[in-house]
Amino acid sequence: MPSASTERWSDVVLATLKANDVRLVTYVPDKILIPLIEGAHADPFFTAFSATREEEALGICAGAWLGGMRSVLMMQTSGFGNVPNALASLAVAYQIPVVLLISERGSLGEFNVGQVWSSRVVEPVCYALGVPHHVIERAADVGFILDRTIKQAWATQQPAALVLSPLLTGGKVFAA
Amino acid sequence: MSARLRRIDLMRRLVATLGDEAVIGGIGNTNFDLFAAGHRKQNFYMLGSMGLAFPIALGVALAQPQRRVIGIDGDGSLLMNLGCLATIGMVAPANLTLLVMDNSSYQITGGQPSASASGADFVALARGAGIARSSWADDEDAFARLVREALDADGPALIAAKIDGSAAVGQPDRDPPQIRDRFMQAMGVRQEFGSR
Repeated sequence: MPSASTERWSDVVLATLKANDVRLVTYVPDKILIPLIEGAHADPFFTAFSATREEEALGICAGAWLGGMRSVLMMQTSGFGNVPNALASLAVAYQIPVVLLISERGSLGEFNVGQVWSSRVVEPVCYALGVPHHVIERAADVGFILDRTIKQAWATQQPAALVLSPLLTGGKVFAA
Repeated sequence: MSARLRRIDLMRRLVATLGDEAVIGGIGNTNFDLFAAGHRKQNFYMLGSMGLAFPIALGVALAQPQRRVIGIDGDGSLLMNLGCLATIGMVAPANLTLLVMDNSSYQITGGQPSASASGADFVALARGAGIARSSWADDEDAFARLVREALDADGPALIAAKIDGSAAVGQPDRDPPQIRDRFMQAMGVRQEFGSR
């Protein structure tokens, strides 16, 4: 498991996905996720593409699992708002492990009021559905939390959600 | 357009032509009649995630490129998630066939007209989304022939049929973990309990 604190958080994420044989990367684009999106597209190990909506991507990831392929689903917090019905009626009800990687907008210097409240639904929805949920704030924790979360999701056949805090990623700041 | 077809007749024609293909049945009457046409262990029956039958089928198709995968959905469900046609057109899996059972209504909630009743054309939409091999099936024989051609060709295909409002003639058990487990065993990625 990669853990060197000198590595970029995004390199650790990609290396941890590979180490866990996560070959499918679906996402709805997000600026904070650029190093993950570009890194996944650049590496032939991964099949990476965008979906039009987050719940569509969840369906693709669920289908991949049904066929024996591991995946990760990347989005920003506002996009998580599109996910609850698919999470509840597909991933949770059918016991399908889909791992969500969510970049956090709406906090710690957010400049777009449209992002603020939507980011606050992630935690309550995860609690309501009993979906394991962690916020990653430190680069030194990325490898451990992601590796263990993936392994627990597969072992227990349940989805999981990880939030990438601005404390980890730097977030998105207003470009004047 | 010729007379509207019956969904159960189309599902029976479909099942009669299948071997080990994976089939993902969308919510409601679509998967009810898929089941009623003769349960197959390679069938996955969706319960709640309206609009996700085609995305799930895309995921299975990516995971198992050597297997043919069929997604079936109704007009109301597909209208909820038309974007998935563009994603499938972009990814262009060689082994994915999409079937649309278009009764131009939300049958299971009381038959309210869908946008298909006033002109939304799923074959035109699919072609516009990049799925060039998209066709209307005007009768049962054309449906069976188009399905066979799609399963024998490379590239994603969509086949739509105008169906009537006949009620579904059966329903699968609403037991998601069993549906999932049996489907995964049929896909060869999960073992019978206790056999490891």
